[in-house]
Amino acid sequence: MTKQVKSKALIALGFAASTFALATAAQATDPTDPLVVNGDLEIVTNTAAPAHMDMIDTIQSGWEFRSPETQDLQRDDFDNPGMIFVDDAREAWATAEGSEGKSCASCHGEPEEMAGVKAVYPKWNEDAGEVRTMEMQINACRTENMGAEALKYNAGDMTNMVALLSAVSRGLPVNVAIDGPAQATWEQGKELYYTRTGQLELSCANCHEDNYDNLIRADHLSQGQINAFPAYRLKNAKLNSVHDRFKGCVRDTRAETFAPGSPEFVALELYVASRGNGLSVEGPSVRN
Amino acid sequence: MASGVRPRVKVPKSASAGETITLKTLISHPMESGQRKDSSGNVIPRSIINRFTCEFNGQMVVDVTMEPAISTNPYFEFDATVPEAGEFKFTWYDDDGDVYEDTKAIAIG
Repeated sequence: MTKQVKSKALIALGFAASTFALATAAQATDPTDPLVVNGDLEIVTNTAAPAHMDMIDTIQSGWEFRSPETQDLQRDDFDNPGMIFVDDAREAWATAEGSEGKSCASCHGEPEEMAGVKAVYPKWNEDAGEVRTMEMQINACRTENMGAEALKYNAGDMTNMVALLSAVSRGLPVNVAIDGPAQATWEQGKELYYTRTGQLELSCANCHEDNYDNLIRADHLSQGQINAFPAYRLKNAKLNSVHDRFKGCVRDTRAETFAPGSPEFVALELYVASRGNGLSVEGPSVRN
Repeated sequence: MASGVRPRVKVPKSASAGETITLKTLISHPMESGQRKDSSGNVIPRSIINRFTCEFNGQMVVDVTMEPAISTNPYFEFDATVPEAGEFKFTWYDDDGDVYEDTKAIAIG
């Protein structure tokens, strides 16, 4: 289990500052308690690594690397600020848009009927002949079936919708396919993961494989798992997409980054998602 | 009104008489402080929720004055003693004059 840092607690309390004197003291639970959402939804936050990973035996959700106060925000949907954005997406889900007069609900019914979808994305799409992320599939639905305009890849509306689809799949194991037609994309993602970039010459693996749980400035490095995305970050008070996180990481190596939605990031997302095969879908999560 | 404002309240459905319960409230609101400037240098006007109250059967439980430093989506968690069955009424007052309300009934049992 993660070492705890005092300053983390202060960051977490910064969010709760609006509660000031009225708030009861945050009841931080035992950090070894497993993550159970709303008292009944059990989330797997660590498990045996999938067979394709050589260097890591146990994969851990980023949740395990956060402070108890931040962890607690995820135990109850009311306390999880990410659920505000899920509610927004629920409204958008039922709102008809585009020339066909259709909403998501017209074809798919309730969002809950999409349970399990997020767990297998990114996924090979036979008709399109490409690996599609959740975002690409949402935009394909919008442009082909609804006659609506595509959303910007990492726009708030888009990330919120991904969060809704993630929320209804919570607790189900991540299980992206890496063989068959997706294998070439997966190999490309793997190569990107181990390629050093930027003036600092860092690959994803240098931090998230070689040094996870060590401190990077005041922060514990996670394994870089994306099972819990989109993530509500206390630092910017909104949901953050996987590709935004990739972009931030590559920027931190002092490199020119790929764009969100680029083929490189899609391949990387498939590879990184496959490193979390077996963990539960956890988004929207709360991180600092 | 500020867009996308949605109050959310969590109150137990029932309690025993005299029991102290925890109430949680959250309202989605940008809480624009009035201190920030937009990309062309103009001050973004202040737009916050300046007061939050909770009443139980007409009796005030909390009455909070809120200031611009309070962050987006203000969350309040507090305890209240429930002497009898009744209704909690939550009210948020916006700078622009809007009032957002929510009520939750609680039973004794």
